[in-house]
Amino acid sequence: MIVILAAVAALTAPPPGATACSGCHGAPGSALPSLRGKSEADILAAMTAFRTGARPATVMDRIAKGFSEDETRAIAAWLGSRK
Amino acid sequence: MIGRRTVLAGAAASAFAAPALAAAKPKVVVIGGGFAGVAAARELQRQGVAVTLVEPNPTYIACPFSNEVLVGLRELSAQSFGYDAVRRQGVAIKRASVTGVDPTAKRLTLSDGSKLNYDRAVLTPGIDINFTGLKGYDEAASEFLPHAWKAGPQTNLLRRQLEAMDDGGVVLISAPANPFRCPPGPYERASLIAWWLKTHKPRSKLIILDAKDAFSKQRLFQNGWTALYPGMVEWVGLSSGGKVIEVDAKARTLITDFGKHTGAVVNVIPPQRAGKIAQAAGAADRTEWCPIDPVSFESKLLTNIHIVGDACIAGGMPKSAFSANAQAKACATAVAALLRGQPAPPVKLINTCYSLMSPTYGISVAGVYAPANGLLTDVPNAGGTSPLDAPAAVRASEAAYAQAWFKTITAETFG
Ligand SMILES: Cc1cc2nc3c(=O)[nH]c(=O)nc-3n(C[C@H](O)[C@H](O)[C@H](O)COP(=O)(O)OP(=O)(O)OC[C@H]3O[C@@H](n4cnc5c(N)ncnc54)[C@H](O)[C@@H]3O)c2cc1C
Ligand code: HEC
Repeated sequence: MIVILAAVAALTAPPPGATACSGCHGAPGSALPSLRGKSEADILAAMTAFRTGARPATVMDRIAKGFSEDETRAIAAWLGSRK
Repeated sequence: MIGRRTVLAGAAASAFAAPALAAAKPKVVVIGGGFAGVAAARELQRQGVAVTLVEPNPTYIACPFSNEVLVGLRELSAQSFGYDAVRRQGVAIKRASVTGVDPTAKRLTLSDGSKLNYDRAVLTPGIDINFTGLKGYDEAASEFLPHAWKAGPQTNLLRRQLEAMDDGGVVLISAPANPFRCPPGPYERASLIAWWLKTHKPRSKLIILDAKDAFSKQRLFQNGWTALYPGMVEWVGLSSGGKVIEVDAKARTLITDFGKHTGAVVNVIPPQRAGKIAQAAGAADRTEWCPIDPVSFESKLLTNIHIVGDACIAGGMPKSAFSANAQAKACATAVAALLRGQPAPPVKLINTCYSLMSPTYGISVAGVYAPANGLLTDVPNAGGTSPLDAPAAVRASEAAYAQAWFKTITAETFG
């Protein structure tokens, strides 16, 4: 049973923090921007700009500051790989 | 009430339980189909785990945005969600409530008398209104003085009372001590009622009697009340005699150490505790909430039982639908890992609570959390509230984001 589960879960296990983003970011057509179809590079660049304050925001600045560069990279890679 | 005896009787019977087949796929049972339970069940299913969700109601009525229902901005039907999409995804749904938990046999007793075995269980019963925690405020009293802290008939009752009130009446809100469900909720409620009174019953007043001296987004709320509803909203904190110690429901009167307040409409937000089944199972400690490990979300009192959402002690995280959803998905990842024989991975969580002070005036508080010293703790230099001095356009976009958040999270949970 361990083998079967490991095979399924290895594909989908999200990095820390990544599943919390979809609380706000969902399908296109919302006032909250959808992240679907966004590339890893775009997400990483936006998160970095929010964290440093280079990009003004209502809430993303407060959220992005809670993640280290490594954590942000892992989240961007995971989100960027989803359709 | 489910007594301790049920649990013990279950434990005795467990000695005769047949051992699970070694080859069987591990099975997780989620108890409760609210924001936490549904998110946990769906994420577990996504990660390849066989899940059964036990929930007694065919329809879930969501609390976020129920303050808008109070003032006619939306109807309760817009708060109601079914479980069809959850079932279609492959989560088995059992329409029953759990009445007994036997952690030794890893078996649940359901309200229809049947039993359900699990390898791990996720317990998400939300809150129980503590009808013995405030003198004079029992279930019968709540039919006169609604709490409206579980959305449903209580919400509509409070709405009808507000609609029936004469112009010039006083609305009283009694706010509880921490911890309780939705820390900014009482103050959002006060704001939206004031917004509605301003147009419909402009000579009326609203007084919040509070059992604490500080509350969530306090400066933002207080500045907003002054700017939007001057002279209409009064907040009385603990040290000014705000703590309600007794309720006289028939007289619509709230009694504090400093005196009596009678209202035309009285909303008592009573003390709360973890859902009944958590108390019965022995998952709650002396605080009547459930201590958990912040990485695995496993109960500190019961093994193989994980607890997320309002029922758990989540350290710095408030009891919110956002928190419940975020915790549930992280918990599902932990449970799936543990079932594979791997340790629970590191945890990082987000919470954001939007509040509306009017339909076009939104404010928020956000936080990022990580385990530290056995609790989920605020990550320093992150999070915080909306700025105190934001222009109207920012308040308007936060109000729009608030609405969008509710659509997104309910679509993710129930859609
Ligand atoms: C007025 C108000 C406004 C709010 N606004 C917001 C907001 O803007 N944003 C926000 O994030 N949060 C908000 N909240 C808070 C939010 O509603 C809760 O934090 C959230 O519902 C918690 O989710 P939960 O799954 O832990 O509990 P619940 O949503 O209460 O779900 C618990 C479920 O478990 C089931 N259950 C209970 N016992 C059993 C049993 N024995 N067996 C089987 N099933 C059982 C119940 O039927 C229920 O479906 C608000 C709350 C209120 C009252
Ligand atoms: C509370 C709601 C909320 C949460 C949670 C949230 N976001 Fe955002 N996000 C927003 C809002 C609102 C904006 C628009 C900028 C602003 O005003 O903050 C945004 C913008 C963005 C953008 C830019 C999108 C674009 O089209 O330019 C990215 C990328 C992003 N967020 C990533 C994330 C990631 C990654 C997470 C999880 C770690 C996350 N967000 C969590 C609300 C949220």
